Amino acid sequence: MSEAEQRAAAVKAAPMLKIESITRFFGGLAALDRVSFEVERGKIYGLIGPNGAGKTTLINIISGLMLPTSGRVLLENKLISGLPPHQVAAAGVGRTFQNIRLFTDLTVLENVMVGNHLRQGGSLIGTVLRLPRSRREERETREEALRLLRSLRMAHLAGIEAGALSYGDQRRVEIARALALEPRVLLLDEPAAGMNSAETDQLAEFLLELRESGLTLLVIEHDMDLIMRISDRVVVLNFGRKIAEGPPELVRNDAQVIEAYLGEEV
Amino acid sequence: MPDFISHNISTINFILINIALGLSIYLTLATGLLSLANAGFMAIGAYTAAIIATKTDLPLGIGLALAILLGTLVALPFGLVVLRLRDVYLAIATLGFGEIVRILALNGDKLVRGITGDEELVIFAGAEGITLPYTSPEMILGLPDTTWPILIYDLALVYILATLYRSRYGRIQAAIRLDESAAATLGIDVVRYKLLAFVLGAAIAAGAGALSTPIVRVIDPRNYVFSRAVDILAFAVLGGMTHWVGPIVGATMLTSLPEVLRFLQERRDVVNGLIIMLAIIYLPRGLVDPRFWGGWWRRRPRLRPQKVEGPAEVEARPKAYE
Repeated sequence: MSEAEQRAAAVKAAPMLKIESITRFFGGLAALDRVSFEVERGKIYGLIGPNGAGKTTLINIISGLMLPTSGRVLLENKLISGLPPHQVAAAGVGRTFQNIRLFTDLTVLENVMVGNHLRQGGSLIGTVLRLPRSRREERETREEALRLLRSLRMAHLAGIEAGALSYGDQRRVEIARALALEPRVLLLDEPAAGMNSAETDQLAEFLLELRESGLTLLVIEHDMDLIMRISDRVVVLNFGRKIAEGPPELVRNDAQVIEAYLGEEV
Repeated sequence: MPDFISHNISTINFILINIALGLSIYLTLATGLLSLANAGFMAIGAYTAAIIATKTDLPLGIGLALAILLGTLVALPFGLVVLRLRDVYLAIATLGFGEIVRILALNGDKLVRGITGDEELVIFAGAEGITLPYTSPEMILGLPDTTWPILIYDLALVYILATLYRSRYGRIQAAIRLDESAAATLGIDVVRYKLLAFVLGAAIAAGAGALSTPIVRVIDPRNYVFSRAVDILAFAVLGGMTHWVGPIVGATMLTSLPEVLRFLQERRDVVNGLIIMLAIIYLPRGLVDPRFWGGWWRRRPRLRPQKVEGPAEVEARPKAYE
């Protein structure tokens, strides 16, 4: 094998995402305490835990919005912790937010086009002079965004202002916007929050389809049925520590997990 | 019509200058930056052009080019430092910049004399200011030759800003204004685009300053005090800061209103203030708000073509909404 081939093979064998002993303090409180796990490529990982367990903090650290106090995050063996969020995104990490954060004044199509902007070239001068290349890139970005919306069966929403959509549609548009980035890993923070059971079913189908297409997903969710149904593996946090990790059926019966949920039926 | 123009040429000139200034602050506001440095950059442009005009025989075009160049060169390092700040903190820091420029203009001669050792040197002329010699303007196609440059400048700005508004730059600006961290997680280098908006705004303000010199004629530091920065902000706030038409409407209204209301004599300022207050209360997003006016004409035509996509698309929606 040539050196390049060896390197390619090493990357392929590497986990998609590697969380290495991440610790994060807020004042004297450890929101995350030496949390480590690996996310395999092409799998759905569920991240669960009671409120305040540190799930969102972890996703904020992976996506670069927050720096860890110590520890590292690796994307296919490449260090991404410490990079600014736009570079983490460019490296291939997309995300959504717990409290939907669409660009409410822009249309659905424009939201998705913003997600796609890294693929769009065209300099400032070229844009101002309306050079053919800039115009072509603009047209292509628009078509690309429409194609994505069509494949997600959301083309009928394209011209609507994002802020005017129903809650469930806003959640789906936020996922579409993150997908426009063409990420390798997608981090979803409570994607089913506020959805009714029909919408949640649809979401589950949709996330499984995304996995089929080769995407790796890390999903925070309080809806246990959903998490147990779609996850290949589940990581459980409690008070900032990882207390369990494994296939859903094992985690479901773990004594510590049951205790963390105060005897709730998991 | 020619009569109307010649009677009001001074007001028209100031409207045109203020439109350029309004557009300069619009660029930063549309990117979510509350910067009040534009009066300072206007001063940089005005002094550059005035010094070129009094010390050399070079035409106004050279003064304009140098003013824009100098504004850009000052805005780049200043922006890099100050754009770490947000909201009111950025406003205060940029106001400070305006004051520094003004005080430098006021005491610039002392500084230059200290460096060159030439005690007689007069460049900035302190509080007195630089006075350009009066030349009676020539009329070209019904407009004085002092009005044409600023009118062409405004048209060029409108073309550039309208083009950017409809491009990915416009979307990125809006994304940063609406949610900076969400924009960053989509790969947008927020600092870079903020700096771009800030520097472009500074260059526009410096150019407006340069083109104002043949009209104002007396360039003194009092022109560029705190209240000038607030006036410029008011153009965009009244007109609206989410679309480039906003500051044009705002600047035109705020500049012409005192003239239009002249018949009210001493009650003029009260009515002027009332109109602005009512506009802000009832149209807080500005007179030109695409969301408000868009409801009238934009929404329907845009949605219609989507309907033909057939029942398959509609059925894909969750049943709960039907």
